[in-house]
Amino acid sequence: MIGYAVSPANFLVLGALLFSIGVVGVLTRKNALVMFMSIELMLNAVNLTFVTFSKMRQNLDGQVLAFFVIVVAAAEAVVGLAIIVSIYRQKRSASVDEASSLKW
Amino acid sequence: MSETIVFLIAGPIALGSALFIIMSKNAVHSALWLILNLMALAVLFVDLDAQFLGVVQFIIYAGAIMVLFLFVIMLLGVTREELLGEAIPIQRVVSGILGVALAGTLVWILLNAYDESAFGSLAGANSAGNVQGLGRLLFSKYIFPFEVTSILLIVAAIGAMILARGRTEEESASEVERHSGEDVRL
Repeated sequence: MIGYAVSPANFLVLGALLFSIGVVGVLTRKNALVMFMSIELMLNAVNLTFVTFSKMRQNLDGQVLAFFVIVVAAAEAVVGLAIIVSIYRQKRSASVDEASSLKW
Repeated sequence: MSETIVFLIAGPIALGSALFIIMSKNAVHSALWLILNLMALAVLFVDLDAQFLGVVQFIIYAGAIMVLFLFVIMLLGVTREELLGEAIPIQRVVSGILGVALAGTLVWILLNAYDESAFGSLAGANSAGNVQGLGRLLFSKYIFPFEVTSILLIVAAIGAMILARGRTEEESASEVERHSGEDVRL
């Protein structure tokens, strides 16, 4: 039907593109929550790369690493959202530009 | 064959939804696009013989973490307020250029390094089942990182509770009392 078989390079390139989109999201957006979602996107792009390498190398170590990334991302999401909530209590805004009290 | 078809469907969905995450003006829309993105990635994980990770991605990420995100967005009520102005005048253009440069570099490197490589088969590693294989690795080779993970989760849970907990009336009152007491002593 399709004379083309998907190769590891396809998955790796997809992961790289998703990661770059996440980077652009962090750089352009000012809403702390959307920046946070972009970070999640980057973590997931890396996960895709790990799983692709796992299949390339024919062992499960890459999947175990992706599993750890998911756990760390969950912990990071919880703490990050708590920080955003507590900043919002102080500044009444979720914009990262408002959180500039430490700026000289 | 089926792998290729699944990739050709789920890959563009992942890419498109990722673009919509960073382009939607409404934070709730971003979160919904992120859920679609995570689901597409879960499909790709299953496509790559990582069945357990696919299911975990679906339940933990698309389920639990995204509900937490949506909950915070709704709680803060930042849905309508959109912050479109730029702090630095040409920030958006420059970051777009940097993003394209990063993507180009990564793609070029990956294509050069892995153009010829082919997929192996995970049939050997998955022979006893994907979950069993992962469990065996987790509790032998990766036992130490696995234990450290539990500490991380406890610290994260306690930290989140302390950070997000508001001050109760009593506490604020007692703090004022204590401070005034110090003043008297001074």
